[in-house]
Amino acid sequence: MFGAGGGTSSYREAEETDLIVLWGSNARETHPIFFHHVLRGVRNGARLIAVDPRRTSSAEWADVWLGIDVGSDIALANAMARVIIYEGLADTNFIAHATTGYEDFARCVEAYTLERAEAETGVPASAIREVALAFGQAPKGMICWTLGITEHHNATDNVLALINLGLLTGKVGRYGCGLNPLRGQNNVQGGGDMGAIPTRLPGFQDLEIPQIHEKFSRAWGGADFPHQKGWHLSEMFEAMERGELRSLYIVGENPARSEADQGRAVRLLSGLDQLVVQDIFLTHTAELADVVLPAAAGWAESEGTVTNSERRVQRVRRALEPPAGARDDVDIICDLAARLGSDFGRPTAEQVWDECRSLSPMHAGMAYRRLEELAGIQWPCPDESHPGTQFLHARLWKDPVEGPLAPFHAVEHDPPVDRLTEEFPIRLTTGRRLDSFNTGVQTNEYTSPLRRGEALVISPEDGARLGIEDGECVRASSRRGSVDVHVRFDHSMRPGLAFMTLHFPDQVATNVLTIDATDPKSGTAEFKASAIRIDRIPASVPSI
Amino acid sequence: MADVTLTIDGREVQAREGSTILDACRRMRIDTPTLCQLDTLTPVNVCRVCVVELEGARVLVPACSRKVEAGMKIRTDSERVRHSRRLVLELLASSVDMSLCSPQVRGWMDRYGAAPGRFGKQVATVAQPVKVDNDLYVRDYSRCILCYKCVEACGVDAQNTFAIGVAGRGFDAHISTEFDVGLPDSACVYCGNCIGVCPTGALMFKSEHDMRAAGTWDESKQTVTETVCPYCGVGCMLELHVQENSIVKVTSPLDHSVTSGHLCVKGRFGFEFVQRRGAKG
Repeated sequence: MFGAGGGTSSYREAEETDLIVLWGSNARETHPIFFHHVLRGVRNGARLIAVDPRRTSSAEWADVWLGIDVGSDIALANAMARVIIYEGLADTNFIAHATTGYEDFARCVEAYTLERAEAETGVPASAIREVALAFGQAPKGMICWTLGITEHHNATDNVLALINLGLLTGKVGRYGCGLNPLRGQNNVQGGGDMGAIPTRLPGFQDLEIPQIHEKFSRAWGGADFPHQKGWHLSEMFEAMERGELRSLYIVGENPARSEADQGRAVRLLSGLDQLVVQDIFLTHTAELADVVLPAAAGWAESEGTVTNSERRVQRVRRALEPPAGARDDVDIICDLAARLGSDFGRPTAEQVWDECRSLSPMHAGMAYRRLEELAGIQWPCPDESHPGTQFLHARLWKDPVEGPLAPFHAVEHDPPVDRLTEEFPIRLTTGRRLDSFNTGVQTNEYTSPLRRGEALVISPEDGARLGIEDGECVRASSRRGSVDVHVRFDHSMRPGLAFMTLHFPDQVATNVLTIDATDPKSGTAEFKASAIRIDRIPASVPSI
Repeated sequence: MADVTLTIDGREVQAREGSTILDACRRMRIDTPTLCQLDTLTPVNVCRVCVVELEGARVLVPACSRKVEAGMKIRTDSERVRHSRRLVLELLASSVDMSLCSPQVRGWMDRYGAAPGRFGKQVATVAQPVKVDNDLYVRDYSRCILCYKCVEACGVDAQNTFAIGVAGRGFDAHISTEFDVGLPDSACVYCGNCIGVCPTGALMFKSEHDMRAAGTWDESKQTVTETVCPYCGVGCMLELHVQENSIVKVTSPLDHSVTSGHLCVKGRFGFEFVQRRGAKG
C-alpha cells in the first residue's frame, strides 16, 4: 500500500475497532483464526459488513450483507464514496493534509449515483447508502479483503477503489483503522517481502533504481543480474505462447492444476524445451517436468521464516527429517548455483536471513534471536532496538507528513471479461472451503469429516428453473471447455450464480472452465468470474 | 488502571484493579490449583478447586474469578481451604478417570492428601465407552470433569461454533452435541480447540488415542517444535509434537498473539501430507 505491499493493521486492532468490512473475503472459512479476532471485535460492539456474491458463513455473522454481483466492486466502492462526500463525512482535513488526487477522484465518483450502482451491483441503493453512512460515521474502521478483490482482470483497480475509501475517511495510519489484504498462503506476504515480484528486490526495493541495483550487486560480489523488471506469472505464460520463454524452473507451485484455463497452461508447459520442478510431491506439474528436484517441506522439515498478513515475520523450524533424497530449498539452490558456476557457499537459513537483513532496511532489526524473544516481529523493524510496527502509515498524520503523500486513484467500473450471454448465462465464481486448500495436494491427504467432494453449487431457484435435481450430474461449460459435475443446492447462492472450488482437480478440473484474463499489473487471473452454462446430461449419470 | 492493596497470607500485596485473586496469588508465587480456569477463557467458576478464604465472606470464594478489592484479607492455606480443595479433588477423582491429568494435578492431590478411594469401591462413576466417530479426534467422557473449557472454547471465547454444551442435571450432567448426535452429524468443524483446552485427556487426537491403545505413546520420546502453519496467511504458530519422526499431535501456544492457542481444522489436523513418505503424491 503506497509503496510497500502489506496489510496496514494488526489482528489485535480488529478486536478494538468500530466497524469491519470483509470485502470479497470469506474469512470464517479461509482465514479462520483471523476471524476469531473479528468475532472478538463483534463481541466488543464492532459492526461487521460482508461484501460477497455469496451469503457465506462470514456473512452470516455480519450486520449487513451486500450480495454484490461478481466483479462490480468498483461501482459499489465509488458509489459509497459519493454518498460519503455528499453527506459531509469525508475527512477533509486528512485529505488536504496527507493525500493527492482528490479532485480527480471526486469527479470520477460523481458519476456513480446510487441508482447506477444498484444497476451495476445488484445491491439495493438503500443498502449501499446504509453501509456508506456506517463506514463514513464510524470513528474507527477497517477494510479486509481477499481473492474476491484480487482474482479479477482489474484486480489492482479493485484494491485502489478500497484504498480510496480508507483515504476518503481518514481510516488509515490510526489504531483500529486500516486496509488489509488477507494473504492466502503462509508466505505470500513473505514472498513479496523477499522480492518475488518482477520489479522488486528484498524489502520491496525497486530493481530498476540504479543505486538499489548497485547496492545488491556490490553485496553479491559484483554480480551482474538484470536491470529491468522480469515477468510475472501470467506474462511468463504469454512469453511461452510467443516462444520467448523456453525453459522454466518452478519451485513449489502446481500451475498445471492451479492456472486458469488449464488446457492452455498444460499445453504451454508441455511445449517447453526444459521444465524443472522443485516440489515436495510429484504433482501434475512435476509429471510434465524433465527434471524433478525433491524438496523438503518448508514448514516442518527445514529452517527459515515466513511473514503473515499482519506483516509478522515468524520462524519456521525443522521438526521432521525429510524423506530420503528430499533436500532443503536453500541447499538445492546453492548446488544449482555451483553447477552454473557461482559459489553461493553452504549458508544456513539464518545466514541467508542475516544477508537479507543487511540489504533490506525494513528487516534489519529482525535477528533470529529477536524473532524468538518477541514471538515474531512486524515489519518495518529498522534496527535491533526497534519493537516492530503495529500499524503502518502513522506518518500520514504527522505534521508535516513524513514521506510521500498518499494518492487517490480514480478508477472506473469494468465488468468481468467473460461476458454473460444467452449462451453462457451463469456467473461461476471460485473459492476455498474451510477444510481444504488450493489444488488439494496437501489437504487431500488427511481425512476431513467435513469433506464432501467437488460440486457445482447453485441456488435452488436456478435448479428449479433448469429442471435439475439436487445431486444430479450435469455438464458445466464455459467458452474454454466443459466438465461434468454434481450439483449441490445451497441457499447461500443467489440466482444466476454458481460456485466451485479448485480442491479436487482429479475429480473435477474446475480450471478447465476458468478464464485466464489477467490484471496487467498484478498478473492475477480472473478466477472469480467465468461465464458458464449448465446442461443436463442426456443419459443421466446416477446421482450421488 | 490503579493498583489496590490487599493482604494474602499475611503479606501485603499490590494488584491491578480488575485483576483476580488468582492473578495476585500467581504473582506472589503461591501455587494455586485450578482445573476449569485458563487465561484465554472467561472464568466459569465450576470446579471450585481454586477457592480461598476471604475475611468477612460467608463462603469460600473462587480465586479465578473474584476480582481484587482494596483491603481484602485472604488466606490460601487455611484448614478450611485445604479441606475444601481436598474434597473437590476427591469427589472428582472418585468418579472420573483422572489418570491422564498433568503431573501438576497429581501434585495437588498429594499436597492436599486427597484419597478418592475413601468413598469405597461401589461409588458411581462416569465410566463409559470412548466415542470414536471420526478420524481426527475422540471423546472419552469417562475422563470428563465437566470443567466447561471445551464448551467455552467452542463457544464465545474462541470458535463461536457452539457444537457442544452441557446437557442434563446433577450426576447426569454431561458434555453433549445437539441431541447427542455423533460429531459428523453435529455442527462441529473439527478445529480441535476443545482438545487444546481439555485438562484431563477426555478429548484427544485419534492418533494419540490409537497409540495409547497400542502401547506406543511415549512422551519421553517426543519433541515439541514451534513452526508456522503451512496453509493460509494468518500465520498461526504450531507446536508439532513429534515421536519417531511422525507428527502425533499439534497444539498452539496459549500466549501467541495470533492464535491464543486456537487453530482451525487444517492447522490442527492437516499435517498428514508430510507423513506419506515414499508414496506417490
